[in-house]
Amino acid sequence: MTPPRPPHQPAAHPPGPGASTALEVRNVTVRYGSVLALDEASAVIGRGRICGLVGMNGAGKSTLFKSIVGSLKPQAGSVRIAGLPPAKARRAGLIGYVPQAEMVDWDFPITVREVVGTGRYGRTGITRRLTRADQDAVEAALARVELTELAGRQIGQLSGGQRKRAFVARGLAQEASVLLLDEPFAGVDKRSEQMISTVLREAADAGTTIVVSTHDLHALPDLADEAILLMRRVLLHDSPAEVLRPQNLALAFGLDPLGRPTDRPTGNRRAGETPAAGGAPTVGDAAASDGNWDGERH
Amino acid sequence: MNIIHLLADPVSYEFMTRALIAAVMVSIVCALLSCWLVLIGWSLMGDAVSHAVLPGVVLAYVLDVPFAIGALAFGFLAVILIGTVRDTSRVKEDAAIGIVFTTLFALGVVLVSVTPSDTDLTHIIFGNILGVSRQDLTQILILTLAVLLVVLVKRRDFTLYAFDPTHAHAIGMSPRLIGAVMLALLAVTAVATLQIVGVVLVVAMLIIPGASAYLLTNRMSMMLILAPAISVGCSLIGLYTSYYADTASGGMIVLAQGFVFTLIYLFSPRQGVIARQLKRRRRAAATA
Repeated sequence: MTPPRPPHQPAAHPPGPGASTALEVRNVTVRYGSVLALDEASAVIGRGRICGLVGMNGAGKSTLFKSIVGSLKPQAGSVRIAGLPPAKARRAGLIGYVPQAEMVDWDFPITVREVVGTGRYGRTGITRRLTRADQDAVEAALARVELTELAGRQIGQLSGGQRKRAFVARGLAQEASVLLLDEPFAGVDKRSEQMISTVLREAADAGTTIVVSTHDLHALPDLADEAILLMRRVLLHDSPAEVLRPQNLALAFGLDPLGRPTDRPTGNRRAGETPAAGGAPTVGDAAASDGNWDGERH
Repeated sequence: MNIIHLLADPVSYEFMTRALIAAVMVSIVCALLSCWLVLIGWSLMGDAVSHAVLPGVVLAYVLDVPFAIGALAFGFLAVILIGTVRDTSRVKEDAAIGIVFTTLFALGVVLVSVTPSDTDLTHIIFGNILGVSRQDLTQILILTLAVLLVVLVKRRDFTLYAFDPTHAHAIGMSPRLIGAVMLALLAVTAVATLQIVGVVLVVAMLIIPGASAYLLTNRMSMMLILAPAISVGCSLIGLYTSYYADTASGGMIVLAQGFVFTLIYLFSPRQGVIARQLKRRRRAAATA
């Protein structure tokens, strides 16, 4: 069990750069043709923090992830992961990435265990054969997301939540120092969501820095230590509670997506409370994404 | 005539022995590559590269360099041209593929027609498996063994590339390089396969075995065994049938593959049309 943590302290100021800086994005600008996807986006995230990435479809969340992974080269600005540029960070195995469900071919003839095993490929030799230690790490990761029993199944034979857990397990097996998760809670059952949140918290406590892009604003205060409000630029980088203030969300979404009256203080919302409308607390269409991750295939 | 005679009789001819060895080797290599091609969605690319290598092979013949070098050059040229047309105009990829490979293939046909050689154009287009000479066989063996070696060492890279290139990139591998290696293997394999079934039918060898195996199993490791097994079986059946029925060998080999695919498509225990239909009916009955 993890020791009890103090409630998330609102970071009045985003943590400054220093020895504990795990991820630094500085003035990153990305254009797709004439479309400005990111406009001098800057953020610094400390080691062992969980940061939520909030914004509309097209706000640049996926573009920011791509810039961090380096599958896309920004026209301006720089990215540093543990002080290293993306290419070096990738080779050092520092970056783990959990894709959106839409980006995965669920009919692919690969088992859950094999998927998790690919998390270790950066450490293997020329044939990518897993050593005993690699296999142990894979089994440990599978156990942490409670998929040991299902590990021999083809990946598409899992439920939506179990599929996500498999990819989170791959990130754990990789032992990356920065873990990027693209919409990990879309189409996920409550139990899996709980488990993923717990596992992410444990990983963060062990020093992993975690960035989660999410439409699930309700889960944010429980999950994240800090949040970034993105609208091509970083509008706000603060505590989740502060970012979720109606007037702040209105900056990014044009209205309060949780449907609350603007004069109601955010702090009064009890955990688990759902908006009056009864609709899913998501913004826009969870299936849509602002870009295609698959930038490498020809 | 008993079965032993039936099988042994053709092998007493040297040309038939060479044909069998060549067909088996080419079948194995094509089938292995086909597993990844069908999963990545590169079937059309296989078609394009196998056609586009023709001018390279002819030029290599004229310049007296190994065919594989010409094939590689034109295989990559085709891929680069396809990418350029796709990215710099409003023409979509399938059209770009169609434009580039037919044009390069046409160039090859024209080059063959002006090149004085004893190679018949029909042999290149439809294959000439019974005319595989000793030198041809040596070349086919070298090419296929080289491809086999790369596949054996890099198979896990290929599978990850097919499944999740973004993850491959994130952990420091180069999806671009892996893709390029696969295209190179494709071009080299196309050269070896030309002789067996001809340019037109190479693509069958590069798609059908993988697609058939994909309908039979949920495991990549099993696909990589089933696909070559199916492919070799079909080549032997096709070759023997053509020997006794006196029909076109390349055509018979591909016909056998198409026939086996049809059987699997209908009767595969899990993915077959009939099994799925039965399952649906049973489920409907259970809920009724």
